[in-house]
Order: sequence, then C-alpha cells, then structure tokens
Amino acid sequence: MSHAEPERDSQYSDIAPGYGPGDEQKPVVALGGYLIGLGLATLLTIVSFFIARTTLVWQPSIPVALAVLVIAQMGVHLVFFLHITTGPDNVNNVMALAFGVLIVFLIIAGSLWITSHMNHNMMPMDQIMRMQR
Amino acid sequence: MSSYDGTADRGEARRVGYHAGWRDRRHMADRAVGEMVSKRIIVGYGFWIFLLSDIVMFSAFFATYAVLAGNTAGGPGGRELFDLRNVGIETACLLLSSFSCGVASIGAIARKGSWFYGGMTATLILGAAFLSIEVHEFVGMVAHGAGPTRSAFLSAFFSLVGCHGLHVTAGLLWLLTMMAQVFAKGYRADILRRMLCFSLFWHALDIIWVAVFTVVYLMGVAP
Repeated sequence: MSHAEPERDSQYSDIAPGYGPGDEQKPVVALGGYLIGLGLATLLTIVSFFIARTTLVWQPSIPVALAVLVIAQMGVHLVFFLHITTGPDNVNNVMALAFGVLIVFLIIAGSLWITSHMNHNMMPMDQIMRMQR
Repeated sequence: MSSYDGTADRGEARRVGYHAGWRDRRHMADRAVGEMVSKRIIVGYGFWIFLLSDIVMFSAFFATYAVLAGNTAGGPGGRELFDLRNVGIETACLLLSSFSCGVASIGAIARKGSWFYGGMTATLILGAAFLSIEVHEFVGMVAHGAGPTRSAFLSAFFSLVGCHGLHVTAGLLWLLTMMAQVFAKGYRADILRRMLCFSLFWHALDIIWVAVFTVVYLMGVAP
C-alpha cells in the first residue's frame, strides 16, 4: 500500500441511490440532470413507438431494435432519475444492480429456453385431444 | 506493494512506526469519519435492495407473459386488443410524473415548498391519469369478452400489467402520505429519508413500465 491510498479512499464514502451529487448544489443545477433524462427518455420512447409500427425497416429487425431501445431507456432512467452511476461512491449500488440483472436474466431467459424445448417436444394438441376421448 | 527484499519491508515498517504520532492518529480519525456511513445511505441502500427484489418478482411475471403470449386459445390477440394511442398517453403520463417526482425530491432537499408541493401534486395528477386510462382499458377489454379468464395470454397480460397498476396505486397512496407528513412535520431528516425512498420507488415503477410498454404493447402489435 502506498501512502496516498488511504487519503484518496477517505473521500469516497458511499452515496445513497437516488441521491445525486448535484442535489447538494442549487436546485436549478440538480434539475438539469432530470431535464436531460426527460429529454433522452422522451426521444427513446418516440423512436420505440415509431419503430413498432413502421414499414420502413426490415421487419424481423423490429424486435431487436425494440430490445435495444428498451435497454437504453432503462439505462437513461437509472442514470438520470435513480442516479446510479459508475462513480467509486456507487460501487455497492451497482453491485446490487448487477446481481439483480443476473437474476432477472436467468429467470426470463431460462423460462423461455426451457418452455421452448418443452413446446418442441410436446405432442400436437389434436392428438392429445384424441387420446383423452 | 510487496517487496522481494525483506529489508525494504522492515525499513517501511520502521518509517511508519516513527510517524505513528499525533499526525497518524488524526489521519486515522479522518479516515474513520470518511468511512462512517450516514443513515440516509443505509436507508437508501436497503430500499434499493428491496426495489431490486421487486424487479426480480416482476421478471417472473414477464417470463410468464413471454411464455404464454402466443396462447390465445382462439381468442383475441394483442393486435386486436391494444390501442397504441392510449399506451402512448399512459407512457407520457408516467414519464412526466417521473420528472415531476424528481422536481419534488429536489424541492424536499432544498426545503422549497413550491417545488415540493407543486412536483408532488403534478405527480399525483399524472399518476391518477395513468391509472384511470389503464382501468378504462381493462374494463373495456372485460366488457368485450377479453377478460383474464379468456385465454392464457390474457391471464398473463392482466397479471403483469395489473401488478404494475397495483404498484402505481400503492405509490399514489404513499405520495399522499408523504405530502401530509411534510405538511404536518416539516422537512425533518426522517421525513426526507422516506421521501428519498418514495422517489426511488416511483422511478423504479417507471422503469418497469418502460419494459411493459415495449414487451407487451409494442412487441404485441409489431408485425
């Protein structure tokens, strides 16, 4: 350990999620972050709604585009509204978020994966009905 | 960091020992203060963990919906049922209410009554508008024979979107409670911590809605 390390560490206490560094400053300064977030989220929402109904792009690409847009908008909300950042004072919040995202991914991807296999292996419905008769 | 030469380590230790006077003790005290975590941070972190667990619960509803989305049992599907204009208005309401909730939380921290009460009132009106549009949509669907009992798709739809609607309802009750508490007790530290938790809750609801309108509505009507 070098001598400078502890001094640098002591500046970085954790901050609460949802509590931006700008909140200690003038309210107008703190409002700026929310305004940027609102603008970006509005833009992404409008693009999502446009993409969903457009016939301009190759149709199979639409779900992929929607997935990208939704993840981007969630990121905008996390950064500008919930103030989850990559700063050193936010490590605990980000670690908790990363664990949550892992569980969410396992539940959704795992469910889809398993049920698609089960659907694939299932007997066609009319045959099941005939056997029950 | 580590040294292959033992003498260098000993020299380091001796130098640290030499300095272990008042200067080091003050340094340690500074460091302890820096690492002491305030109650606000602990409360915010705990509530963040709760929100993540809530999101994990929602992910189970999303997984159910994604699995059952095609099982309409001969009944109406998303393309016949969903009205994207309504969904757009709902999305605008919730997004703007997220912003006004941000205004209210800035107002609470800065102890500015006009910002706090104005932001909270706007959040309340926008949240109530969202809920009334959603309830209207649900009632219309049930009246047209597309209730939750019609098909597995509709069961999953009503559980997922209804669960989000219940969260918004709880959020509105919490919002009124927070306004009453600030009005009655002022901007006390404990009230401000509750306000922090409420704003986190409200923003998290908006994040879930972003996933709902994309996965359920937009992908439901996409060709």
